[in-house]
Amino acid sequence: MSRRASLAVSLLLGLLTLLLLWVFAQALAQQPGPRLAELAATELPRSAVSNPVTAVLLNYRAYDTLLELAVLLAALLGIWSLGAASPGYQPAGPALEVMADWVVPLLILTGGYLLWVGAHAPGGAFQAGALLGAAGVILRLAGHQRAGLPSESSQRLLAVSGTAVFAAVGLATLAFGAGFLTYPPDWAKWLILLIETAATLAIGTTLAAAYVGGQPPENPEGVRSR
Amino acid sequence: MTAQFLFGGAGLVLFALGIWSFLVHEPLLRKLIALNIMGSGVFHLLIATAERGDLPPDPVPHALVLTGIVVAVSATALALALGRRLEEEDPDG
Repeated sequence: MSRRASLAVSLLLGLLTLLLLWVFAQALAQQPGPRLAELAATELPRSAVSNPVTAVLLNYRAYDTLLELAVLLAALLGIWSLGAASPGYQPAGPALEVMADWVVPLLILTGGYLLWVGAHAPGGAFQAGALLGAAGVILRLAGHQRAGLPSESSQRLLAVSGTAVFAAVGLATLAFGAGFLTYPPDWAKWLILLIETAATLAIGTTLAAAYVGGQPPENPEGVRSR
Repeated sequence: MTAQFLFGGAGLVLFALGIWSFLVHEPLLRKLIALNIMGSGVFHLLIATAERGDLPPDPVPHALVLTGIVVAVSATALALALGRRLEEEDPDG
């Protein structure tokens, strides 16, 4: 891009930023209109969880979360369809290997805690899945070619499990007459926990597999030849 | 109110910086980072709008941001894989 064009872009974006800031300040100065927060708070006792964010994600707007898991799955399918993963750069030093031995179990433990605590405090499937994915990234950096994940066929099952369990619960509630993803109140807590557990595994697998960056290598310890 | 404006305003500034970098820089990696910075700006703004004074914050924007982060991460991973594949096919381009 020529110097003159980039100058023009900078100028226009500066003006746009000022305009947006002005609009935001005006919006803040006015009294807030009706929001969904009040509705979310009054319906909270019926949602079987006491953390409002989890209630929105897994109960009120469960559709969003289902589709989001489908997006994750689609991204992983795209990555796998681009061919095999390239091998890691170099063997890790001994310090990194020892650190991985310590950090990975702690990450898995913390992920399990976050999954459970999501019902009544900040936490939930995404945070727990992100920690599992981080554990996979550390393993890959420490030299594990498959980022600690099982064989490719098991990875496929794990990656699909989130979307599959979510959709199966939705279809089951539909079949029993309550409507798609409308949980019966007595079962809601356990259904949400079931979905979140599957989602955690799927998110963790997908993130770690995405970091590997291609179809998983067959022999995890050996260096793959291209 | 001031804190809310500063937080959301910082999001708007990040968004503008992201667009600027996206338009001005040529390499794919820089464009991807710029897109992620734009996204972070939008998340900032959404979280700022969830503030409701003394009441507990609005959970709906929080949930939207959580969803958005995961989608942004997966889209970035796919774009990186595509970019690397393009480079393998055509190292000069």
